[in-house]
Amino acid sequence: MGRYILRRLLSAIPVLIGISIVVFVIMAMIPGDPATAILGSYATPENVAELNRDLGLDEPLVQRYFIWLGNLVQGDLGRSFNLNRPVLDEVLERFNATLILAGTAFILCSFLGIAAGVISAARQYGFADKAITFAVLLGISIPSFFLGMMMILIFAVNLRWFPVSGMWPIYGTRDIWALIDHLTMPALALAVVATGVIARLSRSAMLEVLRQDFIRTARAKGVHERGIIWRHALRAAMVSIIPVLGIQAGFVLSGAVYIERVFQWPGIGQMLVEAILRRDILLVQGGVVFVAACYVLFNIIVDVAQSLLDPRIKT
Amino acid sequence: MTAALKLTKLKKDFPVGKSLFGPPRAVVHAVQPVTLEVAKGETLGIVGESGCGKSTLARMLVGLLPATKGTIEIEGAALDTADPSEFGKKIQYVFQDPLSSLNPRKTIRQIMDAPLKHLHGMAAPERRKRIAEIFAAVNLREEFLDRYPHEFSGGQAQRIGIARALAAEARILILDEPVSALDVSVQAQVLNLLADLKQEFGLTYLFITHDLAVVEAVSDRIAVLYFGDLVELGPAERIFSAPRHPYTKLLADSAPVVGRELKAPEGRETELPDPLNPPPGCSFAARCPFASDRCRAEIPELKDQGDGVSVACFHPLEG
Amino acid sequence: MAFLKLLARNQLALAGLIVMGLVVLLAVLTPILPLANPDVTNTPARFTPPFSEGALLGTDHLGRDLLSRLMWGTRLSLAVGFAAAFIAATIGAAIGIISGYYGGRTDNIIMRFVDVLMAFPYILLALAIVAALGPGLMNALIAVAAVNIPFFARNIRGITVGIAHKEFVDAARLAGLSDTKIILTEILPNVLPVIVIAMSTTVGWMILETAGLSFLGLGSQPPQADLGSMLGEARSALITNPHTSLVPGVMILIIVMAINLLGDGVRDALDPRLKSGALSRPLPATLVDRDRQPGDTADGTALLELSQLETQFHIGPRIYRAVGGVDLQIQPGECLGLIGESGSGKSVTALSIMGLVASPPGKITGGSVYYRGEELVGAPYELLRSLRGRKVAYIFQDPLATLHPLYTVGDQLIEAVRVHRRVPKHEARAHAIELLKSVRIPNAEDRVDNYPHEMSGGMRQRVGIAMALANDPDVIIADEPTTALDVTVQAQILTLLDDLRRDRGVAILFITHDFGVVAQLCDRVAVMYAGRIVEQGTTDDILAHPAHPYTRRLMACVPELGGGRRRLEAIPGLPPVVDKLPAGCAFADRCDKVRAACRQGNITLDEIGATRRVRCIAPEIEELPA
Repeated sequence: MGRYILRRLLSAIPVLIGISIVVFVIMAMIPGDPATAILGSYATPENVAELNRDLGLDEPLVQRYFIWLGNLVQGDLGRSFNLNRPVLDEVLERFNATLILAGTAFILCSFLGIAAGVISAARQYGFADKAITFAVLLGISIPSFFLGMMMILIFAVNLRWFPVSGMWPIYGTRDIWALIDHLTMPALALAVVATGVIARLSRSAMLEVLRQDFIRTARAKGVHERGIIWRHALRAAMVSIIPVLGIQAGFVLSGAVYIERVFQWPGIGQMLVEAILRRDILLVQGGVVFVAACYVLFNIIVDVAQSLLDPRIKT
Repeated sequence: MTAALKLTKLKKDFPVGKSLFGPPRAVVHAVQPVTLEVAKGETLGIVGESGCGKSTLARMLVGLLPATKGTIEIEGAALDTADPSEFGKKIQYVFQDPLSSLNPRKTIRQIMDAPLKHLHGMAAPERRKRIAEIFAAVNLREEFLDRYPHEFSGGQAQRIGIARALAAEARILILDEPVSALDVSVQAQVLNLLADLKQEFGLTYLFITHDLAVVEAVSDRIAVLYFGDLVELGPAERIFSAPRHPYTKLLADSAPVVGRELKAPEGRETELPDPLNPPPGCSFAARCPFASDRCRAEIPELKDQGDGVSVACFHPLEG
Repeated sequence: MAFLKLLARNQLALAGLIVMGLVVLLAVLTPILPLANPDVTNTPARFTPPFSEGALLGTDHLGRDLLSRLMWGTRLSLAVGFAAAFIAATIGAAIGIISGYYGGRTDNIIMRFVDVLMAFPYILLALAIVAALGPGLMNALIAVAAVNIPFFARNIRGITVGIAHKEFVDAARLAGLSDTKIILTEILPNVLPVIVIAMSTTVGWMILETAGLSFLGLGSQPPQADLGSMLGEARSALITNPHTSLVPGVMILIIVMAINLLGDGVRDALDPRLKSGALSRPLPATLVDRDRQPGDTADGTALLELSQLETQFHIGPRIYRAVGGVDLQIQPGECLGLIGESGSGKSVTALSIMGLVASPPGKITGGSVYYRGEELVGAPYELLRSLRGRKVAYIFQDPLATLHPLYTVGDQLIEAVRVHRRVPKHEARAHAIELLKSVRIPNAEDRVDNYPHEMSGGMRQRVGIAMALANDPDVIIADEPTTALDVTVQAQILTLLDDLRRDRGVAILFITHDFGVVAQLCDRVAVMYAGRIVEQGTTDDILAHPAHPYTRRLMACVPELGGGRRRLEAIPGLPPVVDKLPAGCAFADRCDKVRAACRQGNITLDEIGATRRVRCIAPEIEELPA
């Protein structure tokens, strides 16, 4: 097991390098140079050249990449000229908020999605199946940002159950209850789409497994239907559900960008959108690399979980 | 007379655990060096259990797998596997699963057209005529030509597969378990058809199967493969009635035969050795009741026993 | 055509198609419809509520007509969504096919790159691309398409690898086709449905994504507006004037929902597995729908008695009569062989006994099964379940598919014991090891913790037998237990079964297609053809003097070892398909003794001698020789 984890970690290194190259190349494609963006259009060519030298932008591309990569592994993502603080500090602070939001949504959608899928498959063509199928269709068709806006309208404005936006109350204590109060609506809005996708997949994975020969064997042994569904079928279905959980985690993280905007959640998505509109390239670059790296690590956890579940994966 | 097909020390290794760069972690010897001649007009049966390398051998012969070592000669000329349109005219293949060997999205006519067009460059009217001739030879109605493969039963699909092989006008057919997927009543039809076609077109067959009774019924000579090795080669009529290699005897004794009492023919209930960690000597030694120390240390070579039978064994049985 | 019919049969998909058709039609007609200019601002008339004079859906924060903006926005969103899906599918599929077909290093390098792209949460990549290209609808389109290419590539590659290893591709290569030709004529037509499915199920997603980027202000730039940017602009007035948000939001919902319904319909129509109704979940026990009351009362002495058992498969309009009235008795301790070709109904008969026929589409439509006089057809599920594995156990054909891949064989044996008996786990485990020893598995103490994939085929089938023995059943139903095994292993397993039944006095119903196996193992034999038993009797009698022409000719066409080189006696024609069985004898068309009476009425299974029955009006022998 330990060897498998180690091997999986080592295999992540080329992926991480690939990610850094992709991000760097995309950012290098930006027309115009950052110096002009920083100094404004009234800057003299001398000023621009000087800043370029300071930023190391007069070096060739490959060299610039390695300088950037070198700083990256030392934890130096540069400085945001707009916020005038280290990119890493800003990213860490913002990512923390995103993690709370996306993590909650991910846990919600995993449990709800799998449960809905299993129940739907176990009661195929029954009322529960039809109800779940319809809810799922609605869930995967509604834009999360629109759903979030409607939730604000109904639950915050009309019913006044939850605050309209933000992560913390403007006045008052910042305790866990205040957080839950603010977190409930955005986390739910964010979880809806992924719940739908996971429920759908779990349903079809369960139906697929329930037709397998080994289920018939279990029935021939006299195993109760409960045992067939939850012990035999779900376990086998998890083999195809877990990788999808990994992919859905990426989708939840992505959806967070919209939800943060709708609920004014101070997360990394908000930060990125603002940075793009202000052309704060180092901030965009640092944010993207940081989140992608976290996602790679998360997927290693998913793979390890998969190998624990499935003895056929060589460890 | 030159042999229709001649294999010289043909060998196939499969690397296992290949990485992007660097050597593979291990090698599986799927086919150990095999030397074999098939005379013109002969049916050579190749029999063996799963994992014995019989399908790998067959796929090498038609160029679908490159050989690791050794040479293949067809009618005296070395097989050039580089150009499918050349060797496709010399040697053809009939697949085990008749339905999966037909593209589900093509009509039978399109399937039949392919070898005529690409191997022989025939024009459309010519092709039409030729297909009609071939279909008559394999007892298929021409109205089948505009249908799709899923509309056919296994036996019919296998006839179509045979018809396609005939269309290439190759003189040698590799028949890879051609009747294993068929029911016995249909199996007999296809086997008889194959016998008729061989007569009519003067074909040479390499008939690969795991079914001892079938291979005995159709072959002139039979080669027995075990774990990638050719262990015995001899005339069909005596190979199972008077086996010389202990494995051949085990096979013959295991086949369920009406009127023979049921008993496990083998004392030690072992199975195939681990392909990743093959034994140093004879691969059958662990299952063999006659195994000696020499068998476990040295690999026996295939030797002619003087009566048309060749055996790879240090202690061959009396025939 | 068949595809459109299938699609139309699916009502939800049809609804989706109609809604989508309407939306697309309106979008196409937008330029010629009498709409206000969508970009003309009229600040005094801002936030007019819906259904006002001159503005059916009201106006937005700049007083622009919402209906007009909605129509133009829909047009834009649809165009961008479809374009992105098309671009992503085309490029992704091309990459996937090349990678999957050529394999090796090409595949390795392409897939490593795809892995890197898929390691990004997709929106980060989209944001990075938009950051590089600058905000704008075209750039958003490029970003969304680019981000989806890896998904298509990986999906299509997987399918292509599967197809490239199919035998028809080898056949094409041997027919002299070049790689390019093979890709275009063999691979592509088979991958195309998958591409269409993938595209139809992702178009909705692409529309959502481009709308999302516009919502963030990174897509379409004012005054031009797609549905996403309309929502984005309306957000600040959400609380005061919700209608400006509702209008574009509901439109996106309608479009995406219609596309998803349609996409599901397309997938179902193109996925051949769904056509046969195979994706239904089999119920815990086979459905029973008997139009006839149970047949005769049970013969008290038989352990297991089948009386006029009928099982059918209802697939679409077709009814397959897989088992058409089967009578069988199994006495304690005897071994009865049930022999037949594929499609003869022998396996379905076996599975019907304990209600294990997959249902839907299977259904028991008549007759009875008695276990020690107790009716099993239509019995409560709990009774059936308590007998399964305890009194009547099964062994199936392919031991790899029939054991659960994720549990150790020990766990599966322990479960078999514990579903019927309350014993502590360690006791059940000790029993499991005993069972493994009884089927002669060496090192049973270690093997008990193996997973099925760690064992050879023969060992797995031994485990299957051990599992059947777990509760000392009265009957074991063995459904072709050695067909998937090599001949040397088969001999071992058959000997084992024979020893076990003699030691334990357990009765066996042995289903096979091999006369040699029957001859060696079974006391009595029943021969099945087209869902009915055509002959039964003791094994020696039948092998020596077959009475039914089918039995005689079937035996003749099986080559037998030791017979030498010879021509086989083939039976012409094919077995009938059981959804259109002829009247009279089902074998009539293939029989050389056929006469007019063979094709009429119901030919009964008549006794000829004390132990012998045959379903033929002109049997090969009239009476059993003494």
